[in-house]
Amino acid sequence: MTALIKGRTGEWEVVIGLEVHAQVISNAKLFSGAATDFGAEPNTQVSFVDAAFPGMLPVLNRFCVEQAVKTGLGLDAEIHLQSVFDRKNYFYADLPAGYQISQFSRPVVGKGSIALDVPDGTTRAIGITRVHLEQDAGKSLHDQHPSKTYVDLNRAGVALMEIVSEPDLRTAEEAGAYLRKLRSILRYLGTCDANMEEGNLRCDCNVSVRKPGGKLGTRCEIKNVNSVRFVMQAIEYEARRQIEVIEEGGAVVQETRLFDSGKGVTRAMRTKEESHDYRYFPDPDLLPLTLDAAWVERLKASLPELPDAKKARFMRDYKLSASQASALVAEQETADEFEKLQGRVAKVVLISPSTTANTVINVVSFIAGERGMTPAQFIRMNDVHGALILQQKNVISGRMLKEVLEGVAESTKSAEAFVDEKGLKQVTDTGAIEAAIDAVLAKEPAKVAEYRAGKEKLLAFFVGQIMKATQGKANPALVNELLKKKLAG
Amino acid sequence: MNLTALTIGQARERLRRKDFTARELAEAYIKAMEAARPLNVYLVETPDRALAAAAQSDARLQKGSALPLDGVPVAVKDLFCTDGIETTAGSKILGGFVPPYESTITANLWRNGALMLGKVNLDEFAMGSATITSARGPTENPWRRKGDNRPLVPGGSSGGSASAVAARAALAATGTDTGGSIRQPASFCGIVGLKPTYGRCSRWGIVAFASSLDQAGPMTRDVRDAAIMLHAMAGHDPKDSTSAPLPVPDFEQAVGQSIKGLRIGIPKEYRLDGMPKEIETLWQRGIDWIKSAGATTVDISLKMTKYALATYYIIAPAEASSNLARYDGVRFGLRVPGETLDAMYENTRGQGFGAEVRRRVLIGTYVLSAGYYDAYYLKAQKVRTLIARDFNEAFKSCDAILTPTAPSAAFAVGEKMDDPIAMYLNDVFTVPVNLAGLPGISVPAGLSQDGLPLGLQVIGKAFDEETVLRVAGVLEDAAKFGALPAFVAGTA
Repeated sequence: MTALIKGRTGEWEVVIGLEVHAQVISNAKLFSGAATDFGAEPNTQVSFVDAAFPGMLPVLNRFCVEQAVKTGLGLDAEIHLQSVFDRKNYFYADLPAGYQISQFSRPVVGKGSIALDVPDGTTRAIGITRVHLEQDAGKSLHDQHPSKTYVDLNRAGVALMEIVSEPDLRTAEEAGAYLRKLRSILRYLGTCDANMEEGNLRCDCNVSVRKPGGKLGTRCEIKNVNSVRFVMQAIEYEARRQIEVIEEGGAVVQETRLFDSGKGVTRAMRTKEESHDYRYFPDPDLLPLTLDAAWVERLKASLPELPDAKKARFMRDYKLSASQASALVAEQETADEFEKLQGRVAKVVLISPSTTANTVINVVSFIAGERGMTPAQFIRMNDVHGALILQQKNVISGRMLKEVLEGVAESTKSAEAFVDEKGLKQVTDTGAIEAAIDAVLAKEPAKVAEYRAGKEKLLAFFVGQIMKATQGKANPALVNELLKKKLAG
Repeated sequence: MNLTALTIGQARERLRRKDFTARELAEAYIKAMEAARPLNVYLVETPDRALAAAAQSDARLQKGSALPLDGVPVAVKDLFCTDGIETTAGSKILGGFVPPYESTITANLWRNGALMLGKVNLDEFAMGSATITSARGPTENPWRRKGDNRPLVPGGSSGGSASAVAARAALAATGTDTGGSIRQPASFCGIVGLKPTYGRCSRWGIVAFASSLDQAGPMTRDVRDAAIMLHAMAGHDPKDSTSAPLPVPDFEQAVGQSIKGLRIGIPKEYRLDGMPKEIETLWQRGIDWIKSAGATTVDISLKMTKYALATYYIIAPAEASSNLARYDGVRFGLRVPGETLDAMYENTRGQGFGAEVRRRVLIGTYVLSAGYYDAYYLKAQKVRTLIARDFNEAFKSCDAILTPTAPSAAFAVGEKMDDPIAMYLNDVFTVPVNLAGLPGISVPAGLSQDGLPLGLQVIGKAFDEETVLRVAGVLEDAAKFGALPAFVAGTA
């Protein structure tokens, strides 16, 4: 993949760093006991601490710290045994205290990395600069009243992890792959639902352009982009915009921009919206956060197998290709169901993991997707393993597998019952197949003559006719074998 | 019998002996509270609540199952949030604010049987040294200079608390001390004021001024009462992350114990140029008392003292500027509408905060600003560390430190008011103690030439309030401070 964009004056390299805000999975907020359920009635999940009433004090939620540390460990990052919570001061109606408690100079997690899968089967490491914990703000609702703004504080104080990458990404595709990989890791860890549509994963993109190998250009920050697709579109647009500005003799101005997903463009925020001096200082209501090294070690030992390790194991133990393994491990559930399926089928018949993997990746994913299910859900609800056994036993052909799975999904029968009922059993009775071949050959004497004269391509035509005559139930290998014999005369 | 003349220790005994009831004591104080109205001490009077609590105290006293503070009528500084009772911090911006929760400290007091007489005045958001910055007007000191009837300030910011206790309009009061706000008014009003170690008392439910310095404590008639009150107030509170997870000692047991063999540090840097002679004399008298009680004195050096006020006036406003950001007109208190959100903020905060609060919010915002942070806030934090180190070093050679509480006696309303710096100098002896997070007490030790009370301060090691109380008890016994203010509620 080329990382360069062609402009009028030559090639340009795009430099991208992402700041992801990931909502921590936790029943309670970062500094209060209020609940965090998504979609609750406005202002029903607000404590006096969240609303910053006089005299209220924050108390750190230990579980949220555990989640952040797990995330750090999952990103192969340094865990700082001492970190500090700072106040980021600014006025806004949905920021009750007038400051956000965040971590500025001493975050809980330091440098780490994420491995991106490259199409050639290798990986590329993208640096993680830091991960810190901070509070979310509330929501200002501007559309409820013609002249008033309503404030919903349900989200105020919910724990976020800000995950900052190094400026290591070079294309919009890479940025997309980074987000998908990050999402996968967070879900494996159970530290963030990573649902961009629900807003529990939000992304700020820092984009600049430079001549290949030149010094870094001035960057712009695109705030709060809320889907992987939009992130890619925003970066693509922004890079081309900057190249155009420079090529027309202008200079990129460091600024904060917003992505207009309707028009597919980025536009500058009004300067007033960004000219903040946040006056960071350590929050005197909170002691420095001190972690016990043994506790961190215990957390590390309790981590689940993460996508990269699982992928390596799948390649090693199941002899899967890199792309097969990557496809399976992206979602933990899919990987789990694949392993269970392989185990169950292999108990009954000989099956290569690659066959099972392809079934899950190609057939099951497609059918499940059409039904709005995940592959894992489909496998749990339907008799995929029965269908695979029938296929391996040559009861049904590979090409009938899809039809059987679709039938099973509609009828909720076992694969075997469905095949019996529909009479889909593959015909392996040589007599019946020979009869069908004879009938087809008798109908097409001219083509038989052509074949025998050397036009061997016609074999496929005869196979097609025979399969049609047997409603696809004839065993293709047998058909081939018997047909060749008969044509040979 | 003059019930309001008793200390907590005395009243406790006599309530248990059933010489009088909690109700009778409460009624006496309710009368005194009403009589003290000319001093502008109470912002809210809660006599019904006091009587209801007294009835419960009487029931327990009858059964012989009295709580430690049963029947003790207390005035609460209006910085403590009280459930269902207006809490304003002396500010217009919190006018009409009625908290739906009770501060940990006051809840602890009520749980121990104390009853609330009402909420008392203070400098707005506890910012001041004279109780003159309150939106509800200044509070008067019940003392007068000899032959001069001009009203005097009670000190601040806990001036309402000090005035109430001195004028016998409350048996005890809660105060808060960020830079001297318990000790200096105690000194000005001739009572005992104890600032505990930072972390000893929970800050939960106290309107915050400067979080790393604020500490609640008792203001009482004598040292034993301070110990009794502190025992009820103190303790670890999981709702305050800075509260210390330590057991609460039996403070009262320390009062009256000998100080024989103790080493008392005398810091040379506290001898200020231009300090009034009578303060110097008072201090020397304190040293003599200590020595005759069998303790030795040690000359110590607290080198960073001269930087303490400057350091304090960076750190405290910095934290305040952030702590006070929540008063924005959006959720509670005053809202002055505006065309835009920013205009609403400007109108609300411009009209809601008084001049001193605005000044400190401005200073605090400035010292935290980009480009100034390192030169001011960060430098101040470093100096603060050095000040604490000074004390740690000093405590290697002594067990407690003796100093004057304030560089002067109470001044008149109008004096020192045009110069904020002169006002800030009131706290020169008390501020270092807050910066180091140490316990300190002010004990009335004598009268000025004008006949005004003067206090001596005892500073202790962190979480060693017991030694502080021991030394304070000895000073109290030696000083035999028996003078009464010009105004004593109910006797005028």
